[in-house]
Amino acid sequence: MDTLLLSRIQFGANISFHILFPTITIALGWVLFYFKLRYSRSGEERWIKAYRFWVKVFALSFALGVVSGITMSFQFGTNWPGFMETVGNIAGPLLAYEVMTAFFLEAVFLGIMLFGFSRVPSWLHTTATFLVAFGTTMSAFWILVLSSWMHTPVGFEMREGVAHATDWFAIIFNPSMPYRLAHMLLASGLTVAFLLAGIGAYRWLRNDKADDVRVSLVTGLGLGALLIPVQILMGDFHGLNTLEHQPAKVAAMEGNWETRGNVPLLLFAVPDEAARENNFEISIPNGASLILTHKADGLVPGLNDFVAEDGTILHPPVAPVFYSFRVMVGTGMAMLFLSWAAVAMMGYKRRGPEGLPKPMLWAMVPMAFSGWVATLAGWYTTEIGRQPWLVTGVMTTEQAVAEVPAPMVASTLFVYLTVYATLLIAYIGVLFYIARNAGAGGGHVGPERPGMAPVPAE
Amino acid sequence: MDMFGNPAQWLPLVFAALMGLSILIYVCLDGYDLGVGVLFPFADDAEKDRMIASIGPFWDANETWLVLAIGILLVAFPAAHGMILTALYLPVAIMLVGLILRGVAFEFRAKAPAHRKPMWNMAFYAGSLMSSLSQGFMLGVYIMGLEITLFTLVFATITAVFLTVAYSFIGATWIILKTDGELQKKAVSWARGGIWGVVLGLGAVSLASPFVSPRIFEKWFSVPEIFLLAPLPIMAAGLVLALWVTLRHLPDSQDRLSWLPFTLTTVLFTLGFFGMAYSFYPYVVPEQLTLYESASAPESLFIILVGTVFVLPMIAGYTVLSYVIFRGKATELRYD
Repeated sequence: MDTLLLSRIQFGANISFHILFPTITIALGWVLFYFKLRYSRSGEERWIKAYRFWVKVFALSFALGVVSGITMSFQFGTNWPGFMETVGNIAGPLLAYEVMTAFFLEAVFLGIMLFGFSRVPSWLHTTATFLVAFGTTMSAFWILVLSSWMHTPVGFEMREGVAHATDWFAIIFNPSMPYRLAHMLLASGLTVAFLLAGIGAYRWLRNDKADDVRVSLVTGLGLGALLIPVQILMGDFHGLNTLEHQPAKVAAMEGNWETRGNVPLLLFAVPDEAARENNFEISIPNGASLILTHKADGLVPGLNDFVAEDGTILHPPVAPVFYSFRVMVGTGMAMLFLSWAAVAMMGYKRRGPEGLPKPMLWAMVPMAFSGWVATLAGWYTTEIGRQPWLVTGVMTTEQAVAEVPAPMVASTLFVYLTVYATLLIAYIGVLFYIARNAGAGGGHVGPERPGMAPVPAE
Repeated sequence: MDMFGNPAQWLPLVFAALMGLSILIYVCLDGYDLGVGVLFPFADDAEKDRMIASIGPFWDANETWLVLAIGILLVAFPAAHGMILTALYLPVAIMLVGLILRGVAFEFRAKAPAHRKPMWNMAFYAGSLMSSLSQGFMLGVYIMGLEITLFTLVFATITAVFLTVAYSFIGATWIILKTDGELQKKAVSWARGGIWGVVLGLGAVSLASPFVSPRIFEKWFSVPEIFLLAPLPIMAAGLVLALWVTLRHLPDSQDRLSWLPFTLTTVLFTLGFFGMAYSFYPYVVPEQLTLYESASAPESLFIILVGTVFVLPMIAGYTVLSYVIFRGKATELRYD
């Protein structure tokens, strides 16, 4: 494999591993703030018990997010020097504002949020929780501004091959930013909703019906049921925005080769890029036209429009975009059915979590990570969908890559993948371990060693 | 922007100063975190928990100074950023893996099942060691102008060892400050053992840079510079002497002066840093690229500077707040 492909795999692996954890911490910060507020208002133990359980998950996820994020900030330089050399005048300030307005805020107040409960007044602890949640959201804001700008760049001019900012307002509020930011924040909310529900269900199935488990289940399922229709609507808006600004990406998502009307919605197909056609299509007639243009004979762009005279392909690789889009939508549908059914069951005769049948609880456990699957699939759809461009119309990915020898990239890639795989297994293992442990003794006394001293919580 | 003179002249300088400040703060603050990690194998299990507790509320913010430093290099000097990081590809990768291991081990060693704790302790130590060694190695290669020859590799290996010793030294002085009893006594003996490494390390870097580059030699050893700069090495020698005397008198039964070794070490690091900054100015890649040649467009730098002026005092403010809240001897870290 060549340096370009290896570097892309390396950055892809890195960003995929990284995004798992911010996706959790962005929304979990707000959920913790909510728990703390409820506790401060009511003084009820269950809210602070839920806080103490989930703050552990937050701390763990935050640490993994930080260390994998640092790796990315270095990889801009080690693997993609062309990126900053060409668009550094725009990407630079956005990244700088992320570090200054978000990273320090969350890092410093995290210490107070985690270990300050008995050291500082309650209002300061609540404020620290708020500032950590606010910091993670600011971080998401700046990075999605940059990501959106790379998809739909505006507010700049090129001088001697280097982009110079002309209008910062236009850069920040670039055409795809509001949709992408809302879509991502909702994705984070859903990831946390199903994580709360999944871990709650796991504890419930182990006969741990403590009141903080109820809090997790009810908060998670309620949040999921609330956010998923909003997300589906937002996804639709985002899709229409993409149709306007990146038609080649939409063509790949729909698997549509020729620009035409009455385009069916493909539920399944196997796109063949060499033959430029699909095999094994299962489709709903006129579906794609209806969704994208709200007319049965509406014109949907085709991939063949994005092939230059000399045969150079200017559209993204079709199969990965096509499949990952379907994985995302499918996961979203599963979220919709599960959360609405569960909320209906809990609401029926006001039975609460007791109303949830066992098979449904069992389904929730693997769905704890459904947010990860949907988020990753969504990211692959949009980021692979931007190819061959790194910054649409400004520079290609190939132009940015460093001339590091391929074996060097391959060896570091191997090391990163090993580390990431190990950490992912450890993370999920520890998540379920602390869930079991919490049930066995409120998180303080492990069942294996009765009378053990309280577990230090760093 | 006319009222500020020529921004293409002073903006790169301001950002170089900010980057230098971030690196210096990083080296002192994460230096003690990494040092504590390097000293891990010398402590027993209860002491390990206490050592972790002494850095628990701080390490994450400390590490963020590295992100800021590399961020400034990235946004203010993009050409230098690419040049330095592609040249240091492998040591950067090793450092990153080290920082990953160190950071996650913090969490996992407390949350994973008890029988896994030794494994995560090991990861904490290995991560800290990898990060320290690779940072020292990068320092050495950087001083040698990013050239890879047998000689520069040997020199970089030496700086790798010395920076690791220097980190473990400042780590030991941090433990002296934050603990008492047996562990403090141990830390004093670690510091006594490490001080020679610090002296040799400072000496090696101070002597090597002028002899590698005639330009740096000129800057230090011509008249009148040699007289103007003389206070720098003299002060450094005085600090080392003061450290040596203090460490001989510690631990103190009333816990007086336990703050002194850490403070003196921080000043010593600062002096060393200024010496290096003076040597390399105006180059951001030694002998190849000046900070003026590699700076971003003034408009972009100005936008960042506006934010920095407001945000940096706030960062300083809440950093101080956290050190005040968690002042005094380290106690067990608890969520409740």
